[in-house]
Amino acid sequence: MPEGPAREATSPDLSETTQSEAREHIRRAAMRPVLETPRWWWPAVVVLGAVVVLGVVAWAVQLADGLGVAGYNDQGFWGVYEADLVAFIGVSYGGAVVSAILRLTKATWRAPLTRIAEATALVTLPIGMLFIVPHLGNPQRIWELVWPPYWNLSSPILWDFFAVSTYLLATAVFFYLPLIADLPVAAARLAGRPGVRARCCRLLYRALGGSGQVSVSQRRLIEGSIGLVAIMVIPMAVSVHSVLSFAFASSSRPGYSETIFPVYFVVAALYSGIALVIVVVAGARRLFHLEAFIHPRHFVRLGFLLVAFGAVYLYLTFTEYLIDGYSGTAGLAAWVAQDLTGRYWVPFWFYFVAAGVAPLLVMAVRRTRTATGVVTASGLVVVALWVKRLVIVIPPATEPLVRSPLSAGGVLAGNWGAYHFTWVPISITLAATAAIPLLLLILFRFVPILPIAEMEELESFEEELTEAVEITAAAGQPGVAGPVGRPLIPPASACAPVALPPTAAARPGGLGPPGLGDLSGGGKGWDAAFGWPR
Amino acid sequence: MRIGRRRFLGGALAGGAGVVALGVLGERLAGGAQAAIAAASQAPATHQWAMVIDLQYCNGCKLCTTACETAHYLHADQTWIDVFKMTNATGESYFMPRPCMMCEDPPCVPVCPVNANFRTAEGLTLVNQSRCIGTRICMNACPYQARYFNWVDPRPAPRQPFPQEPAWPVPQVKGTVGKCMFCAAMLPSGKVPECVASCPMGVLYLGDLETDVAVNGLGTTVKLSAFLADNDAVKFKESYGTHPRVFYILGHGQDLETDTQTG
Repeated sequence: MPEGPAREATSPDLSETTQSEAREHIRRAAMRPVLETPRWWWPAVVVLGAVVVLGVVAWAVQLADGLGVAGYNDQGFWGVYEADLVAFIGVSYGGAVVSAILRLTKATWRAPLTRIAEATALVTLPIGMLFIVPHLGNPQRIWELVWPPYWNLSSPILWDFFAVSTYLLATAVFFYLPLIADLPVAAARLAGRPGVRARCCRLLYRALGGSGQVSVSQRRLIEGSIGLVAIMVIPMAVSVHSVLSFAFASSSRPGYSETIFPVYFVVAALYSGIALVIVVVAGARRLFHLEAFIHPRHFVRLGFLLVAFGAVYLYLTFTEYLIDGYSGTAGLAAWVAQDLTGRYWVPFWFYFVAAGVAPLLVMAVRRTRTATGVVTASGLVVVALWVKRLVIVIPPATEPLVRSPLSAGGVLAGNWGAYHFTWVPISITLAATAAIPLLLLILFRFVPILPIAEMEELESFEEELTEAVEITAAAGQPGVAGPVGRPLIPPASACAPVALPPTAAARPGGLGPPGLGDLSGGGKGWDAAFGWPR
Repeated sequence: MRIGRRRFLGGALAGGAGVVALGVLGERLAGGAQAAIAAASQAPATHQWAMVIDLQYCNGCKLCTTACETAHYLHADQTWIDVFKMTNATGESYFMPRPCMMCEDPPCVPVCPVNANFRTAEGLTLVNQSRCIGTRICMNACPYQARYFNWVDPRPAPRQPFPQEPAWPVPQVKGTVGKCMFCAAMLPSGKVPECVASCPMGVLYLGDLETDVAVNGLGTTVKLSAFLADNDAVKFKESYGTHPRVFYILGHGQDLETDTQTG
């Protein structure tokens, strides 16, 4: 990209001298995790690191003794690792797709959340991919998957491998592009600081973004690219998780061979992904003191997105079980009975209560439709959807195929259906779970936690807007009227997202038609009607 | 450097085409060792191996299972030939041995990401345990549950008459899938598989569709096609489109598709 001094001079947003107090506020908050080490940081890293080490030890034991120590046997050939693989890759979709959806719908309130959401996607996807290592019986031969002479292109596992690798690349790009404009600001903040980490950061920023300012034309190019990648990420996420379901759905096994599986997997991925984003955002808000930027209403809005996917997922579950159970086909009916009333009734109904009904109730009841309510529900959803993945993976794998006694109304005999949890997969799963906050804590030691450029753009836009309102008011008009005759722009809301007057909506590079962003309304409008917390 | 949209898209397309070309090339090469094994059996096949199981005489002694596990140094739960107790509609029970069905269209073969499963010209589906990475998706694909994983270290085996190869996977390899292979390495020297040889009731017959002959462990030799036709032999789970090469001769009132496994 050409970087002339003339172009640099035309980037008013990022020059250090002309920043308003609000911008300074954003920059300080965004760089605080990089510049300051809170007292809890090292203990947290040590504890999380210890859990990760426990997982590595468990994996070493498994490597030495075989997959048998992980509770597998010939009647339960797939279990926790496969569920983990689906669950962790699933949650990573949420981060990228939430960010992409909010960008594409021009939801102005998204700005403080996008970096955290994209970072969540970036760290959970490699963790999910790593589950292929404990999953394999012979991980030392994993290179065969990237050795074309051995490839079997008709294998769903190979499709998975390609699809997830492609998605990892897309997630990395989607994290990187919005970061470019922040790098000069971050570098300026770090200038002159001593210490190894500060030097590493500076090297990293130079490697990622070059030196100097980002010119206006470059900004426009980056914004265009972000839009393009945001559009690409959505179909990519859908196709990747569909392909992930093919490993199950393309077999003849009752309970796996479901045409609903691709859709089911995609929705589950987005549902659990949004839930994880909510949990991570809540954690980051508390730990890094982002209360000034991330408001309770952010959680409530994400909560609506959460229950939208939750309701679709509940509907798909209902459809699947109803149709398979109603058909009365021996294998299918046996498997449905196992889940609903048989060996797996506890995990199944746990899912139903915790991730099926609870989030809907939390959002439906005004008293619980709060940040606390949404975050609690999201935590439940993350756990319950992991349990649901176990219910998806284990019962069909443990179903006797020769002639199921279940189909005659009997019970499972002998060691059929024998998947047993042991400390090994539990440790590895815990380690992967601990790796998410650990990697995020480390990541935010190096990159700004808030998208500075993006927030500043919205901030300066709001300032212009406020000015416009003042001018309009001074000219003797009562205010910019909304469709029902109430002012669209609330008088005093510095950081809150605002809806747009029709003229501003047409502004080039502006925020377009108000998406979810206009729901905040003003005064007695939407908020009062729905009782949203302010 | 300036990368325009056109150039970027062009590059992306070229890259994608490169990956596809690499994959196609991989399919062509399809592995050295594997190709050698397949080539060895590419010579005009003089045999098409099959098995006949006469359920009328099976008494459920499971000597076939024991003989198999002894000869191949398997763990007790690696029942490459398993014997199920079945109960029919009138409540009478009988026994059903289940080896690998040696499907003509085996669902386990196309699902392996690294081509560790293959089918020989003589109709045997074998596992290359020096390539298997242990995804177990073939265990998922097999509708007969005839595949067994090496979850722990295999039983140690003394020096074998054959090298460890797909036709004689002894000893087994930890972290790979194993299954009945009709004792493929013994067949060329005129020996019947261990299970067939060990059956005291003469239930199991090794058959050859090419020469139209079948023989059991008691030395009974029959004309295969006539034997199957006269006894109304059936295949198990034919509706799956696997075209098994194991034929079952049923006793009175028995039906593999509807009778229930009770042990």
